[in-house]
Amino acid sequence: MKPPPFEYLAPRSLDEAVAALAEHGDEAKAMAGGQSLVPLLAFRLARPSVIVDLNGVGGLDGARLEGDTLELGALARQRDVERLPGLRQRCPMVVEAIEQIGHVAIRNRGTVGGSLAHADPAAEWTALALALDAECDLVGPSGARTVAAREFLVSTFMTALEPDELLTGLRLRVPNGRTGSCFTELARRHGDFALAGVGALLTLDEGGAVAEARIALIGVAETAVRSPSAERCLVGHPPTAEVVAEAAAAVADDLDPNSDIHASADYRRHVSGVLLRRALETAAARARGGTDGAA
Amino acid sequence: MAPREIVVRVNGEEYRGSAEPRVTLVDFLRDELGLTGTHVGCEHGVCGACTILMDGRTVRSCLMLAVQAEGHELRTVEGLAPADGPLHPIQEAFSEKHGLQCGFCTPGFLMTVEELLRDDPDPSEETIRSRLSGNICRCTGYQNIVEAVRYAAELTREAAP
Repeated sequence: MKPPPFEYLAPRSLDEAVAALAEHGDEAKAMAGGQSLVPLLAFRLARPSVIVDLNGVGGLDGARLEGDTLELGALARQRDVERLPGLRQRCPMVVEAIEQIGHVAIRNRGTVGGSLAHADPAAEWTALALALDAECDLVGPSGARTVAAREFLVSTFMTALEPDELLTGLRLRVPNGRTGSCFTELARRHGDFALAGVGALLTLDEGGAVAEARIALIGVAETAVRSPSAERCLVGHPPTAEVVAEAAAAVADDLDPNSDIHASADYRRHVSGVLLRRALETAAARARGGTDGAA
Repeated sequence: MAPREIVVRVNGEEYRGSAEPRVTLVDFLRDELGLTGTHVGCEHGVCGACTILMDGRTVRSCLMLAVQAEGHELRTVEGLAPADGPLHPIQEAFSEKHGLQCGFCTPGFLMTVEELLRDDPDPSEETIRSRLSGNICRCTGYQNIVEAVRYAAELTREAAP
């Protein structure tokens, strides 16, 4: 299948890009890596009359880890973030999540901002953004604004972006210290969107009890969700097998997934608990071992 | 929309062609430049048949617009071995180990393996299987492809001591 005809604009600056979107409004679609948008065009599920290609806009592809912050330009390629020096040691869940996105050829081209702005409910970046308190930078004709990830992600394929706004970058909090994290998901085939996925980050206090737990799930709601019930089970207790099992059982209370041809709601709820248990076991071991952030 | 002039470098040579913005890179390579070694399969990024290298990194040429390749350095299966010279070690290995039957998926596999062996000259079987998971072959059952990649790694290491 071939994409339908469209007008193609390749702005060289952010101002030009925003102006192009402002001029064409709903008729225009911004293209970053195109790894979701081009298939949508090929299937003709999207029929924009104007494509605003962001790849020529400079300065949006940065990726750096500094202090407690992972700072990413919207056009940072998945593969470049995956291979960012020190990231796997510092916050393994980020790298483990990216490794689940498509395949290397997709990640060479696909971008962090494109994934987040597309807002597929099973997109790995939506879980990372929620779990790591991402702040999303948006720019539009009336200026720039910053939106927390939990407000940015509205629903399936819906974000806080206005039609004439662009996501330019995000900052994620990657805590240092006695912390451990893990991302795991279940998909029919490697590279497919997940039936369910879990990102978990634990920070331990000096006595070895959980000081902070951050759990985000994908594929089980209209967009990524945190699990306050599971987090509550963990905080204040050492992450023993019993506590982890309790948290894994509690996650079901927070979920109301859909049934579809890929999996039933019950299955997704069950798998979420299993995945959460595995993620917490690994995150806890990493936090105790100090390999995640001790450096 | 009106076609526009597109200039790209493919396998070290400059090519000119024209295409509407909606034309994907794989269709441009095949239909406009006559480089039919790159195959077009699923047209939505799932099968891997159209995998080529852009600036040394694999991309799905069906998931890019031809206009986006302007100014980039592309490498396709035609660029692996000289027309009248010996096969590239990866091609040699696929031939020797029967890593293909009908051959439709082969160009995508070869380019994927080229990047893999640059990243990891001695990949484990697990790495090979994981890195090839984005390329679909409906003939071989993958067994001989995995063997071919291991053999290609051997040949490549021998060639570059």
